[in-house]
Amino acid sequence: MDGQVQSPIPVTATPVADTKQKVKLEARKVSVFYGAKQALFDVSIDVMDKAVTAFIGPSGCGKSTFLRCINRMNDTIPICRVTGDLKLEGQDIHDPSLDVVELRARVGMVFQKPNPFPKSIYENVAYGPRIHGLTRNRQELDEVVQTCLEKAGLFKEVKDRLQEPGTGLSGGQQQRLCIARAIATRPDVILMDEPCSALDPIATAKIEELIDELRKNYCIIIVTHSMQQAARVSQRTAFFHLGVLVEEGATEDIFMKPVDKRTQDYITGRFG
Amino acid sequence: MAQETIVDAAPRQAMRGLNDPTLLKRRYAAERRFRIIGLAAVLFGFVFLVVLLGSIVANGWSAFLQSSIKLDVQLDTAIIDPTGKKDIDELYRADYTALARKALIAKLGVDANARPVRRDINGMLSRGVDVQLRDMVIADPTLIGKTVTVWLLAHGNVDALVKGHIDRAVPQERRQLNDRQVSWVDKLHASGDLKRRFNSGLFTFGASSQPETSGLGVALIGSLFMMLIVVLLSVPLGVAAAAYLEEFAPKNRWTDLIEVNINNLAAVPSIVFGLLGLAVFINFMDLPRSASLIGGLVLSLMTLPTVIIATRAAIRAVPPSIREAALGVGASPMQTLFHHVLPLALPGILTGTIIGLVQALGETAPLLMIGMVAFVADYPMTPMEPATALPVQIYMWATSAERGFVERTAGATLVLLGFLFVMNAVAVYLRHKVERKW
Repeated sequence: MDGQVQSPIPVTATPVADTKQKVKLEARKVSVFYGAKQALFDVSIDVMDKAVTAFIGPSGCGKSTFLRCINRMNDTIPICRVTGDLKLEGQDIHDPSLDVVELRARVGMVFQKPNPFPKSIYENVAYGPRIHGLTRNRQELDEVVQTCLEKAGLFKEVKDRLQEPGTGLSGGQQQRLCIARAIATRPDVILMDEPCSALDPIATAKIEELIDELRKNYCIIIVTHSMQQAARVSQRTAFFHLGVLVEEGATEDIFMKPVDKRTQDYITGRFG
Repeated sequence: MAQETIVDAAPRQAMRGLNDPTLLKRRYAAERRFRIIGLAAVLFGFVFLVVLLGSIVANGWSAFLQSSIKLDVQLDTAIIDPTGKKDIDELYRADYTALARKALIAKLGVDANARPVRRDINGMLSRGVDVQLRDMVIADPTLIGKTVTVWLLAHGNVDALVKGHIDRAVPQERRQLNDRQVSWVDKLHASGDLKRRFNSGLFTFGASSQPETSGLGVALIGSLFMMLIVVLLSVPLGVAAAAYLEEFAPKNRWTDLIEVNINNLAAVPSIVFGLLGLAVFINFMDLPRSASLIGGLVLSLMTLPTVIIATRAAIRAVPPSIREAALGVGASPMQTLFHHVLPLALPGILTGTIIGLVQALGETAPLLMIGMVAFVADYPMTPMEPATALPVQIYMWATSAERGFVERTAGATLVLLGFLFVMNAVAVYLRHKVERKW
């Protein structure tokens, strides 16, 4: 297992020296059960701040399940049960004193299918700050909306039609709107659940550029089916298989010299 | 070789089956038959609808017209206000009918000293002329002592004759109007002093034993009160129950049980709700009988399952991605519900609610149980006072034999259908208005 493997995927993401990074999210022995069925087995991982961490793995491997633990979206599924420790900057996210609403403001999420609210573009971005009381007046809110749309690379395209429905945008624009919406609540962490799987290659490229830009300020976790995408955007990669975190490390290491046989098989395209 | 032919034979046979022209023809024929049956069913239903509506309109249109006689009534001070004080009680008690009769006698130019003639004159005017003249005088006491030209209601029999419901060929002993009266009617008709005018009384009068002075006034007010109560009770309760069950309630045996029960309640015969209202609201809680409050409560109970079921369906139809998006930006479950789910479900909720209301508006059986089949002549001012309802009024008129009531039965049905039509139109309009086009 030593030495380079013949990975067909070139790693092009900007590497980041490990020493500069600090741990944003700590998971220790996280397991998830859907009723009697266990979907995730003792996942332990450190997620670095100001970096993109990609979760890869075949369908049903538990990567999305783990992602949804981080902002406790799994709470909405009645039969779902989570055990183990998940700490965001040292704070247990399952701590009863922690408000889940506040957690979700700190941990933004972008979903697989673009799901803007059936309201105006402005309203889509303004909704989060408004319900969390992040702005004091209309002017501040306007500024937040503009900044977030700018950060999401959408402002130029929509600045003349902020009052038009967000659902009238193209798929890629909608997804960027969803990213703007997610960063409007000033999160520390942005979770992205296969954000490009419903988009065409050009829109995908734009989103990936955006992710690389956002990385400088946020801790980003992206679940992706596409190993190429993981190689393009992520600094760290975690490989999940059958509910187990098989291997985790710097993206180059995972793609160039995987330790585990299963990782090697997956990235060389032997299954998945 | 032999084996090979056997192997080949199976697919070839199958192919023959597909290409068989008779099979194809049979399939086409079957489809044509099916389409014709469907079309016939639709036409059948349509013909029935036309016949039904046609018969109601044919019977009921004349209820919107009522015969009146134009008379120059001298509002004699000696009869109306002998004391000259214009005291309201005095004005109420005066014999206005006598004034009207005098005016009619003058108009016909007959000698009214003979008793049979006087009786025949009495039979020409409605008993309602008393109220007509009284209301006029009380509204404007300066009229006393003057002569006014007014259209006064003719007797129901006169109206029936004008509308052709009384057969002139029948000997006068067996006719509601005798030959003299018929000749008067013809004379007045010819001179233009007897006319069929729009029957506003149909919408304003309360209950009466005379068809020409009975109307839907009390029933309309009763129905209005009940609809208000139903809207105020069943909409908030129904939407709240549906939202809780759909969005917050845990899915367990209890909520399953509740769901089954709600669905069953929607199918419970309405008379059972009437019995419940009788037992609980009247016998146990001692609320006043015949009051529209109880009617409204009973109809609310009846409408509630419909509203809950429609609202649940509408809430369920909201895509889960919207909920995820809202929860994802940190909206609380309640914010998610009020900011996103309910606005999107609103068209469905509105439609369901209006369907429930329409059902409630047309409901008769439970109202019979709680005593809303009363003879109520005065307008109810509050929901606690006795009232009737539109469908109940129809039911009551349908049991009366006079020709005037028969046409009023059909006329009131038209009014009820009109209301149902308007409400459905409002439902369609609202649905289009609140539906998000994006």
